[in-house]
Amino acid sequence: MILIEDVSKVYHTRQGPRTVLDHVNLRLEPGRNVGILGRNGAGKSTLIRLLSGAERPTSGRIQRKMSVSWPLAFGGAFQNHLTGLDNLKFVCRIYGVDYKPLVPFVEDFTELGVYFREPVSHYSHGMLSRLAFALSMAIEFDCFLIDEAMVVGDARFHERCHIELFQKRRDRAFILVSHEPNVIRTYCERACVLVNGRLHEFDNVDEAYAFYEAMPAGPPPAVET
Amino acid sequence: MSTPTDSVQGSGTSLWRSLMIQRRVIGALMMREVITRFGRHNLGALWLVAEPMIFTLGVAAVWTAAGLNRSSGIPIIAFAITGYSSVLMWRNTVGMCSKAIQNNLNLLYHRNVKVIDVLITRIALEIGGASASFIVLTIIFVTAEWIHPPLDLMRVIFGWLMLAWFGSALALTIGAATAYSHIVERIWAPTAYLLFPLSGAAYMADWLPTAAREVLLLLPMVHSVEVIREGFFGGVVRYHYDMAYMAMCNLGLTLTGLWLVRDAGYRVEAE
Repeated sequence: MILIEDVSKVYHTRQGPRTVLDHVNLRLEPGRNVGILGRNGAGKSTLIRLLSGAERPTSGRIQRKMSVSWPLAFGGAFQNHLTGLDNLKFVCRIYGVDYKPLVPFVEDFTELGVYFREPVSHYSHGMLSRLAFALSMAIEFDCFLIDEAMVVGDARFHERCHIELFQKRRDRAFILVSHEPNVIRTYCERACVLVNGRLHEFDNVDEAYAFYEAMPAGPPPAVET
Repeated sequence: MSTPTDSVQGSGTSLWRSLMIQRRVIGALMMREVITRFGRHNLGALWLVAEPMIFTLGVAAVWTAAGLNRSSGIPIIAFAITGYSSVLMWRNTVGMCSKAIQNNLNLLYHRNVKVIDVLITRIALEIGGASASFIVLTIIFVTAEWIHPPLDLMRVIFGWLMLAWFGSALALTIGAATAYSHIVERIWAPTAYLLFPLSGAAYMADWLPTAAREVLLLLPMVHSVEVIREGFFGGVVRYHYDMAYMAMCNLGLTLTGLWLVRDAGYRVEAE
């Protein structure tokens, strides 16, 4: 279970404090999922960062009674001088997992060939995305954090991600953030809408969708932090 | 696929399990750091020793050439080894920790990795490197009969450990402080240069006029350098140190550092 209790996040900007998340509450049971809809700057990525533990809430707290992934397909933690294999080993060490049984899966999914044993700095964008996604799949978390904007690639890549995540791991929990209602509608059983840092919960995706569509465009969104 | 060994990461985490996770994380970070820094194709981790060794040899050569070796009864090569190794201890640990937090922000997306792990990793590597180079250099020069073996090894080790504590505490403090403002690292760079000659590396406290000595002995690292040299050469000069004073300074710095690290953990903003 993940329990977000009264969480706020305030960033200090040149214009003074800016509340990005405002007393947010959310509960997610194992094996369930929730989509979070929000326009640019609504605080989606901030919520993902807090959930992953990269940043801490300004107030309130987040309880995690199941293992939570790093944001899916996030490749920012790669060390450029290390090879793909080294990065796999590193991630496995961090999570206390033996890397050897995972090598065939990662090699197969990433289709890196000889590049698997070359420094990550020589990789193309596509190769990086595939490696990042494969590493996310290599460690078996109870709950995956998915920032839809982070998972970029061609149609075939998306298809394979879909199979790995939503078919082979359909028993897992996940939190999916997106500004695209159709993505949420396709994958999630319920949805919340994030507006100006406040989270509105709905029992089903259609209600959330209706709310999201009816929402006034509001002030021009700030750049997503 | 593999399930993380600590698959339940809830509020019920016991202290023992937290420590085991932290040990594992630091081990992983160290491995990553070593491969990144030294590569695996050339001399590898040997550079950890070779790099300061080359520097010490250079300093010893210059000082010998300048004829400083006959002025005081202090064996110049041993003087250079103890002096420069001591500087490396605090200068490199701090150097590796400044900006360490910003450079590793993305690692924080892994739940188990904390700001302090990143700093501890770098501190441990630098202390290990400086100690290894100090030991190897001493062994080499003793074997070549350029210097005498340390007279009182326990005293040398005591001084060295106190210096390691000082280096760690200073690195925690400055490492965490660089997360607040870029000004900290800008100020640290010239400060480190300034401290080099003042730190005890290039003088014995006894050579100084009393007034100057009292001022310089405010610097904690001077005390441990005196102790290390007393252990190394024995009674060729009078030594001036107060290890209780140094311990108090170290303790104060450690607490400040830990507090800053904790606070920096709340402030970091990942990309």
